[in-house]
Amino acid sequence: MGQITLSKVVKRFGDVEVIPPLDLEINEGEFVVFVGPSGCGKSTLLRLIAGLEDVTDGHISIDGQDATELPPAKRRLAMVFQSYALYPHMSVRKNIAFPLKMAKMDQAEIDKRVDGAAKVLNLGDYLDRRPGQLSGGQRQRVAIGRAIVREPAAFLFDEPLSNLDAALRVGMRLEISELHARLQTTMIYVTHDQVEAMTMADKIVVLQAGRVEQVGSPLELYRAPRNLFVAGFIGSPRMNFITGAEAEAHGATTIGIRPEHISIVPEGGTWTGKVVVSEHLGSDTFLHVDIEGREEPMTVRGDGEVPVRHGDTVQLSPDETKIHRFDAKGLRIE
Amino acid sequence: MATQHSRAAARLMISPAVILLLLWMIVPLAMTVYFSFLNYNLLMPGAHNFIGFENYKYFVTNPAFITALINTLVLVGGVLLITTVGGTLLALLLDQPVWGQGIVRILVIAPFFVMPTVSALVWKNMFMNPVNGLFGWIATSFGFAPFDFLSQAPLFSIILIVSWQWLPFATLILLTALQSLDSEQVEAAEMDGAGPFARFFHITVPHLSRAATVVILIQTIFLLSVFAEILVTTNGGPGNASTNLTYLVYAQSLLQFDVGGGSAGGIIAVILANIVAIFLMRMIGKNLDA
Ligand SMILES: Nc1ncnc2c1ncn2[C@@H]1O[C@H](COP(=O)(O)OP(=O)(O)OP(=O)(O)O)[C@@H](O)[C@H]1O
Ligand SMILES: [Mg+2]
Repeated sequence: MGQITLSKVVKRFGDVEVIPPLDLEINEGEFVVFVGPSGCGKSTLLRLIAGLEDVTDGHISIDGQDATELPPAKRRLAMVFQSYALYPHMSVRKNIAFPLKMAKMDQAEIDKRVDGAAKVLNLGDYLDRRPGQLSGGQRQRVAIGRAIVREPAAFLFDEPLSNLDAALRVGMRLEISELHARLQTTMIYVTHDQVEAMTMADKIVVLQAGRVEQVGSPLELYRAPRNLFVAGFIGSPRMNFITGAEAEAHGATTIGIRPEHISIVPEGGTWTGKVVVSEHLGSDTFLHVDIEGREEPMTVRGDGEVPVRHGDTVQLSPDETKIHRFDAKGLRIE
Repeated sequence: MATQHSRAAARLMISPAVILLLLWMIVPLAMTVYFSFLNYNLLMPGAHNFIGFENYKYFVTNPAFITALINTLVLVGGVLLITTVGGTLLALLLDQPVWGQGIVRILVIAPFFVMPTVSALVWKNMFMNPVNGLFGWIATSFGFAPFDFLSQAPLFSIILIVSWQWLPFATLILLTALQSLDSEQVEAAEMDGAGPFARFFHITVPHLSRAATVVILIQTIFLLSVFAEILVTTNGGPGNASTNLTYLVYAQSLLQFDVGGGSAGGIIAVILANIVAIFLMRMIGKNLDA
């Protein structure tokens, strides 16, 4: 259960086409992440799947059944909103029980499921509190609890972690991944944070201006980005792009090399430059190196102990096998 | 206002306003209390002797008193019911995106700007009058006998008039509350399988409860002292059928020139208003807690 297919889905708001015809296949049990820059239509796409927005054209089917015209409640999907959207006047218990109550389930079964969800999510101590009396992370868990009690065909998450602080975000990320491993239910997760995308996804869908730029596993996208956009979007820090004569020497219009595939060599390097910023993270060091004839500094990853400081001159050498080549249209050349 | 010093300064700063307000309230109240213990009738000049609770006894044992008390409560309750329920429905309607929304909203608010005497006169002469009124005309054109609202159902007619005046206020406050409802909450409820009615009762109504509390409290204060509408339309009649406490006090003190009796009535009205207020706060005051 939990297979979703979008075929030729189009969404227009008035004259603005937010989603041009789009095809997408989401398999049962997959953890799919929609990632892309702000305003690219991730939330819109998720809301189309949820049924909160009507498609302008095209079809959505869930588990082989046409769901294009189905109201949200009938699609058997559960959604966790960015603002959590808890009901402020209800206790945590009532919040979690709400979808079951709406489904007219009997009280004993409701209690059983709510207690089960509370146990899974460590909410036992808070069941009688109101959402206003909880921390952000706890609220997030309540929102997830409200979603899991329904045993939906798929979960939809719209940037669920963006209101949390960095430490909590990492923790919740793990919890959601564990939840997925345990429930084996399809999850669709929207984020603009490519680290979240890389760490959680079975399959990443990179979107730009409503178009699917590439679909694939995190490592596929990392190893073989199909175009310049994906190459620049996936990976942190960003890939370095080089155009001009050097690229032409490789038979391409643009070549890209990731910071982690450049090494600092004592002599005989391909590029020589001056370090403008060095960021020491302990485990790694990121150097931003100004190179003659390049507008942007080149980013290089070294190990944590690189003895380089601001203003030093270094020689850099790329790993030739890891160079990505792109043609004039920005598409990858194999 | 964290420190002791700043608290003291704050108290000093607000004291003029507080003292002024206190005097403003205390002086007339004290005068009224004082008069209510006197045998003070304008038709009998000179004799202002102290008569204890005689005025109160007279006012309370007046057969009109119980009727007026009940009428007051029915009037307040009726108007509150009509305005909160009607106001919620109107607010839901006005919240829908329709063409000309701005103008419709202004039109809905308009009755609030018409003064009570004028609106009561308009209702009395143009709508409820059995000969010239619109309702009478509608009834006769369908072949029914016209209904004489103000003599057949005087209290109900006044409730209608007052409700018409207060509906905009309730609508306005409830509309702003409705607009502050988080749309994601509604969508979450939709995904949770709540139909339109379930969404209304489980999400919208609790969200509106605080605003509705404000509406009820503010309206109660004003509705306990409805006067102009009664004076202009029914004069409290027929008999005492549409006399409320305010009107009874007026009839007592001004129509019978009995200052002492009127003052006693006024004090009783104040006490009753406080009892109503205590009940209201007990019932719905907790909605105001954050
Ligand atoms: N109701 C609407 N009416 C008109 N345009 C809309 C509406 N909702 C969204 N849009 C437009 O659709 C585009 C995609 O919006 P969407 O909310 O899907 O972006 P997003 O990818 O979720 O961005 P973010 O990461 O900032 O949340 C935006 O350009 C937005 O302006
Ligand atoms: Mg979004």
